[in-house]
Amino acid sequence: MRCPKCQGSMRTYDRNGVHIDQCENCRGIFLDYGELETLSRVESQWAQQQYTSPPPAPHGGPAWGTPHHGGHRGGHHQRSWVGMLFSS
Amino acid sequence: MSPAALTDRLARFATTHAAASAGDGVRVLKQTRVTVVRSGGVVVKAHPEGTGEAALNARLRVARTLPGILLPPLTERAERVGGRLVTMWPAGEPVDPADPDAAPWEAAAELLARLHAVPSTGLPLPPAGGPSRLLESVTHLSRLGGPESPLDGSYTGAVDVIQAAFGTLPRDLIGTVPSDSFGRPPGDLSGTPPRDLSGAGREVYVSSSGPVGGRVTHGDWHLGQIVRYKGEWLLIDVDDLGDGLTAWDLARPAAWYATGFLAPGLWERFLTAYLRAGGAAVSPEDPWRELDVPARALTVQLAATAVAAAHTEGRPLDDVEQDLVSSCGRIISAAAATAGSPQTT
Repeated sequence: MRCPKCQGSMRTYDRNGVHIDQCENCRGIFLDYGELETLSRVESQWAQQQYTSPPPAPHGGPAWGTPHHGGHRGGHHQRSWVGMLFSS
Repeated sequence: MSPAALTDRLARFATTHAAASAGDGVRVLKQTRVTVVRSGGVVVKAHPEGTGEAALNARLRVARTLPGILLPPLTERAERVGGRLVTMWPAGEPVDPADPDAAPWEAAAELLARLHAVPSTGLPLPPAGGPSRLLESVTHLSRLGGPESPLDGSYTGAVDVIQAAFGTLPRDLIGTVPSDSFGRPPGDLSGTPPRDLSGAGREVYVSSSGPVGGRVTHGDWHLGQIVRYKGEWLLIDVDDLGDGLTAWDLARPAAWYATGFLAPGLWERFLTAYLRAGGAAVSPEDPWRELDVPARALTVQLAATAVAAAHTEGRPLDDVEQDLVSSCGRIISAAAATAGSPQTT
């Protein structure tokens, strides 16, 4: 398939079950009927998961507290703050 | 005296006690403002330079009267070794730093609750050291960037934010310092640096009237301040023990939680255990009423200490340090929002 804009050759990718044709020359993207709607739906589902706030802590928190998403920080990040738990 | 010479003297001092190790079993546990050496069953601590002798002895006396809460010292009074005040303690087993989830959060909270139930009236205690530690850290930060150690442009934004967050704290907190040693309003740390509040300056607080709450306060609590001795967890380190606002003892974990380091589950375990043990520093229905100010203070202190350390080590701020500065930024925004809205109480 040829790109309708620059006549470059198009390559097909699969993203979340959506076929995307991208021009290897101008990087333009071609979507089939209904595929833009599918992408929008997937995006809003993702956003909902991200912004659902965690249940409020039983004893509350300060107005300036960071929003918690539960659990520790992972990997090296956790190591560097754990030292703080044990020093003045 | 060189650090090696001091640890040598401390190890020798330890051998005056029968439980000390006769041979190789000497380990240096800490070498910061304090030096701590373990020899067999004995731990010897050289207190910070400039520690007041009368205040330290008063704190030792109180530690001896609170068995089951504070580790009892092996020495009646502080001794002088190599020009430093030195005390001797039984060796306990510290919390394993590898696994914060497994730390004795509940036991620690119960110990603090029991300490906070002790009235300070009649005890010869100086004010607790929390506020002076905050002021030391902020003073140290404000002194960075002198001609001998110019402040890198990448830190100045962080320093401004920390100082502005410090400025949101109530004046009566800062009132613990005599005005001649900190002669400018809080938050106004530009211009000439305030007098050095470390070293000999610490004694100033002993004679000044700090915010006193009528209860014994640890003054510098964190997970490194408990050990297991003869099967029970006990509080250690009396350097900042005193009459104070007991909520300061919960302020460091509160600051960790508010900054996002401490998982909500661990914070709730700690706070719930404290309240269940009758801890009176905070109100069960709204603990943040009492925690807000000291947790802001500790966040400022942790950020100031962290940024100063990064500057001294000549490296950019890491993620944890950035998070502390971000917390200071939110403290400023929250204070501005409160100032701009009508009071509801």
